[in-house]
Amino acid sequence: MPKREDLKTIMVLGSGPIVIGQAAEFDYSGTQGLKALKEEGCRIILLNSNPATVMTDTAFSDATYIEPMNKFMAAEIIIKERPDAILPTLGGQTALNLLMDLHHMGILEEYNVEIIGAQPKSIELAENRQKFRETMEALGLDLPKSALATSFEEAMDAINKISFPVIIRPSYTLGGTGGGIAYNIEEFKEIAKGGIEASPINQILIEESVLGWKEIELEVIRDKADNAIVICGIENLDPMGVHTGDSITVAPIQTLSDVEYQALRQDAFRVVRAIGVETGGCNIQFAVCPKTGRRVVIEMNPRVSRSSALASKATGFPIARIAAKLALGYHLDELKNDITGTSACFEPTIDYCVVKVPRFNFEKFAGADNTLGFQMHSVGETMALGGNFREALQKALRGLETGLQGLQNGKLEPEAPQEAEARREWIREKLYLRRPDRLLLVYEGMQLGLSVDEINEITGIDPWFLLQIKTILDCENEIREDFSKDIVHTIQANEKNTEFAKKLRHYKAQGFSDARIAKLCTEALNKTINELDVRTIRELNEVTPVFHTVDTCAGEFEAHTPYFYSTYDANYADPLHTAHVGTNKAGGFARKVVIIGGGPNRIGQGLEFDYCCVQACFSLRELGIKTIMINSNPETVSTDYDTADTLYFEPVTTEDVLAICHAEKPDGVIVQFGGQTPLNIAEALQKAGVPIIGTKPQDIALAEDREEFSALIEELEILQPASGMAVDLETACKVAANIGYPVMVRPSFVLGGRAMRIIHNEADLIDYVNDKTNGLNIGVNNPILVDKFLEQAIEIDVDAVVDGDKVTIAAIMEHIEQAGIHSGDSCCSIPTHTLSDEIKSVIRSYTHKLGKALHTVGLLNIQMAIYKGSVYVIEANPRASRTVPFVSKATGRNIAGIAAKIMTGLSLKDVNFTEEPKLMYHAVKEAVIPFERFPGADVNLGPEMRSTGEVMGIDRSFGMAFLKSQAGTRTPVPVNGKVILTVTDQDKEPLVPLAARLKALGFTLYATPGTKEMLDNKGIETKLIVKIGQQRPHLLDFIRNGEAAMIVNTVSGPTSARDANTIRTEALARRINLITTLSALRATVEGLEARQQEQRVVAPLQDYYAGYIQGKAND
Amino acid sequence: MKGNTMIPALLMLDDGTCFEGYAAGACEEVMGEVVFTTGMCGYQETITDPSYYGQIVVFTAAHIGNYGATSLDSECPNPKPEFGASGIVCHDLFTDAENGNFPHFRAENSLNATLAKMGISGIHGIDTRALTLHLRMHGSRNGIISTNLDKEYLLKKVKELPSMAGLDLASKVTTKEKFVFDTDPTPFLVGKKRDLTKKMLNVAVIDYGAKRSILLHLFNNNMHPTVFPATVTAEEILAAKPDAVMLTNGPGDPEPCDYAIKTIQGLIGKLPLFGICLGHQLLALAMGAKTYKMPFGHHGINHPVKDLTTGKVLITSQNHGFCVDPNSLSENIKITHWNLNDNTVEGMALTNAPAFSVQFHPEAAPGTWDAYGLFDQFRAMVDDFYKK
Repeated sequence: MPKREDLKTIMVLGSGPIVIGQAAEFDYSGTQGLKALKEEGCRIILLNSNPATVMTDTAFSDATYIEPMNKFMAAEIIIKERPDAILPTLGGQTALNLLMDLHHMGILEEYNVEIIGAQPKSIELAENRQKFRETMEALGLDLPKSALATSFEEAMDAINKISFPVIIRPSYTLGGTGGGIAYNIEEFKEIAKGGIEASPINQILIEESVLGWKEIELEVIRDKADNAIVICGIENLDPMGVHTGDSITVAPIQTLSDVEYQALRQDAFRVVRAIGVETGGCNIQFAVCPKTGRRVVIEMNPRVSRSSALASKATGFPIARIAAKLALGYHLDELKNDITGTSACFEPTIDYCVVKVPRFNFEKFAGADNTLGFQMHSVGETMALGGNFREALQKALRGLETGLQGLQNGKLEPEAPQEAEARREWIREKLYLRRPDRLLLVYEGMQLGLSVDEINEITGIDPWFLLQIKTILDCENEIREDFSKDIVHTIQANEKNTEFAKKLRHYKAQGFSDARIAKLCTEALNKTINELDVRTIRELNEVTPVFHTVDTCAGEFEAHTPYFYSTYDANYADPLHTAHVGTNKAGGFARKVVIIGGGPNRIGQGLEFDYCCVQACFSLRELGIKTIMINSNPETVSTDYDTADTLYFEPVTTEDVLAICHAEKPDGVIVQFGGQTPLNIAEALQKAGVPIIGTKPQDIALAEDREEFSALIEELEILQPASGMAVDLETACKVAANIGYPVMVRPSFVLGGRAMRIIHNEADLIDYVNDKTNGLNIGVNNPILVDKFLEQAIEIDVDAVVDGDKVTIAAIMEHIEQAGIHSGDSCCSIPTHTLSDEIKSVIRSYTHKLGKALHTVGLLNIQMAIYKGSVYVIEANPRASRTVPFVSKATGRNIAGIAAKIMTGLSLKDVNFTEEPKLMYHAVKEAVIPFERFPGADVNLGPEMRSTGEVMGIDRSFGMAFLKSQAGTRTPVPVNGKVILTVTDQDKEPLVPLAARLKALGFTLYATPGTKEMLDNKGIETKLIVKIGQQRPHLLDFIRNGEAAMIVNTVSGPTSARDANTIRTEALARRINLITTLSALRATVEGLEARQQEQRVVAPLQDYYAGYIQGKAND
Repeated sequence: MKGNTMIPALLMLDDGTCFEGYAAGACEEVMGEVVFTTGMCGYQETITDPSYYGQIVVFTAAHIGNYGATSLDSECPNPKPEFGASGIVCHDLFTDAENGNFPHFRAENSLNATLAKMGISGIHGIDTRALTLHLRMHGSRNGIISTNLDKEYLLKKVKELPSMAGLDLASKVTTKEKFVFDTDPTPFLVGKKRDLTKKMLNVAVIDYGAKRSILLHLFNNNMHPTVFPATVTAEEILAAKPDAVMLTNGPGDPEPCDYAIKTIQGLIGKLPLFGICLGHQLLALAMGAKTYKMPFGHHGINHPVKDLTTGKVLITSQNHGFCVDPNSLSENIKITHWNLNDNTVEGMALTNAPAFSVQFHPEAAPGTWDAYGLFDQFRAMVDDFYKK
């Protein structure tokens, strides 16, 4: 059936802020889906609260709502826009949940909005564990046996029907706390008892363990005519027991024979049909017993998912695009595969190997347990394609940017024994724990003599994978013992040698990077060989990678889309690549420019940078420049096959990027959009002759060098906090004493405030410097920076575009939280709402001065602080910053795109960006932090960034915009109820007026004794609530009983932090609005007051940009 | 580096293109038409498929041999000798578990050892993508695999090998003697079990190189196969009084198989017929149609075929280098299946007799189970034939 002509206006639901388990992949799917709908001429209404996304660019929809993703807002939009249909399958779980809310509300029926993509009935069947189980059982499909129990007796009854080992999962506990695996009845009794207590509803799920089984996922697409295809099968290297998002995964499936695979495929189709997914993509997960082949269904997602993004990138098949078209009524056989021009109704086949490796950030959540399990913890991932598994795995590991040059030994804890045998046994023990570094443990364990069988027995990793790893290890040993001599000899002779070249190619084909080979030679021969030496001799011997095409069909048909990866495990270049590289000029392009992406997402470097890279592609295309994207992150829009003119899915390392530059010979390379990743290799690229455009790497480096930057600031007569640098403890103490406490300390060259602390006295400073766990390693090469900490200062972010001569400010942002909380974790507003004109003019003048002094060409971000009425410059970054997408969405000016054009030589005047945008409305950005995934971690905000995502609120007034920003996070602001007030002595006085206003808003106030005393004295009536201690019921009981609607809790210094942490953890678990600074309370009160006075605006960004919505301009 | 798997070998194509690699399996010199298959699993079913007789199969999948080999996956039906591909070409052959317990619960041995035992030779460590693209652009062509590294000798020798067009290979791989197929004990599924309540019919299978799975599927559909040599006559079949006839898959060009065409002509209208692959091409020839050689054929398990009766698309297993010319079909034939990639004929039915055939492999092995229903359709046609 062709496209349905009755569906003209489609409302699409996005996925909201980036959180663990629901990340940038939904921006990728969403953007692709929107493009597909647009192509079909639909009018698109988009709802997504996340401003950092590409999909919320107004170019992709006709009405773009960056509003909280709740049913009330969605309903208002429906009433206003009257869509014919609503598509929820591109926006992850958030979108499905919202759809179900709307469905139950009845609004869809009332306004005749058809649900496309997935029906509520299917969503319910897939998501409700019990209904899913019943459906599967009716089909005769096997599942792990399980039972629910709400009492110890019930649990004991249930265990009789399930064989050990069993998994016990308490319902609704934070991070699955209170659960565990029982191997015998005694363990079971203990865990079951604890689990029932831990669960707020006293319920546990007892489930047959399939730990160690193979974990297989199939990505399926089905259409209305019941045509079903598998796009990709994915095998997890980490077997059942580690969440697939935290597992190393591989495509295609490697260890199943045809009958085993086809049986899964058949089961998958039966599941899809029974659940009723009929117009789109879905994902089905199976566990397969490696000893018997028994297969059980684990779960299915009736929507596109993280795995479907991976599957799309791995095969080249655009799942979201096809799913969107199917939702419009098309059948699969009516659609074309864009890559080859053949039918889209087929199953992709690949002739390479794909490996995805997750990226973790446990180090940011001190105190949290880093054992991997059923809940996802990784914050990003990198994918690599190679001619074989070994090459792909090593490429992925070096693309991970955790310091690995490939598969190698990891950094073990200091307590790990040094002596080989003891170390091996230590590793053997640790292998039982599912640690994030388990693959490195496997590698070292193998090196120390653990056999493949033993490791398989302990970890469940399939022997095939382990034997591949062993091959890598064998090669490493050969290089150490033998080949290293050849290398050194050939380097010294600087000669071409066929035999040597052949051997080198062999090792390169196993995935060994130049850096790794250099390291192995250095270690083996006790002679310094560096990466450059290896690269030079390799290039001299013409051992270079060939580039193959990702073509969905293993070469059976001619491919048209230039999506490439490199491999040494081949001898001949792909004709498409050769033709492509050769004909760029003839293709009508004036120039070609490489844009280097940010690699795997991590806290501090996420979607925001991908947004910038994507905008650079789009805007350079407008100029007729051929764009080439290099990135290794499968979750992103930048790695969609049609974002840039050419895509190289490669690790962002010097070696890999240089190989591409050698092949492509670009006219320019952009390094300032991908976060720290491309900057780290900028210098090496420049040395190798790569033409970097925009701000010069040395100017970027200058801005990051504290001493040089300090000197520059002084020269420009700009204020800065007193600061110093120290390479050992003694100088650190001296510097701090000179500056005066409190001080802010951090290692140099970091992003996201890694290991950054506010220190109040010398004892704490000593602790900090001596702490081995924060990765500081203070020394001559790792100095720490000590800055005066400006207490209670207002923090300011400025984003500007500079063309080398002129500076145009895009936005001045005022943070809600005071200085000391990482800018990435704090809430901020455009325009500013408390600054005087004098202050703002100082900010502007500093920005202009710095932009010129840093010879910036492109983006410039400056952080400032307003301390006791003066403006201080904290730091300047002449590159894309995290706030670029927020500024772009708030102002309607695509500053990343503008900056990209500037970098190609245009002036601000040429691109018509000479005036600072003046907003007549307010936009507020709020951060979302994944504390619920890391129980035990400190939940207080600080200078170390821990947020994964952001939401934006936009409205006429600051107050309303702030409220929307809060509503967009997990814990919206309540409008009435009980408020607990417990603040530090310092905050008691300023709390008084705010408490009065809260009272006037109708809240009932509860306060702890000290706070109560102050408020009572000022005549504000409060009820007493006792602090956590002997006397019951206390504050915590009050929270646990669900009585508090809002908690205001401030702390100063580390002393009162422990109680606070307990309170805050509890609040998070119960999704109670928690306010931890008075400035945030002030903003909340302002918002609540605004709410009483004015109607919130429900309008798309397009209306704001067009000037239809105007508030009081207080800027 | 392990045993016989690091002996240098060459693959020489008859246009002089040469690839360097290492010997695999029996490590003998072999020649054949080089064709590529894009399936990512099911290498053993492919290698043991008699339709690949006379061909050297290139696997485009990066890794081959990962899950070893088992007699359960062999497509050569007992008690026949094993006829399969003449040789194989792979990229990364898994040779780490030689001579040991193979680490997959179904495996009896490694693929390499199994190949050696079967007498099949191959070459690994080849840039299979380059080879595949070469075949796609220049068409399938003859090649030779050898550990003799004398390129001149190899090129001369491979040039002497006749083209696949015009070769009758069915008579080479067919059974010498008629035999009754009783199902092997298959502990692993084929997706369908026999319905014991249904009557068992007898089906005469004309063996042009039949895959075991076809026999198995017939059996599971309550059709007991008696397998006849390819050269069997219509009279001999009719004398055996079967309820229906199965025309199987097989290697080579259908055109020179005049004996088979004649037999089929003698059976049309008298017994219900079902043809697969070569059987499909032979049925078309028997109806006066023409076949032609395709540039590089269809070999893989992901080919979309539209069933014109239901409008649904089947993802099919395919292995053929010849094809029925749609313009040559008489009025008594209607096309039932089309290939969505290149619009070639994938299936047909006779309008004046109980007979239908498909170009693809409904028995899969390797491949999807999407077209299993065709065996039900066959059974239904037979039941219907006797009802009238």
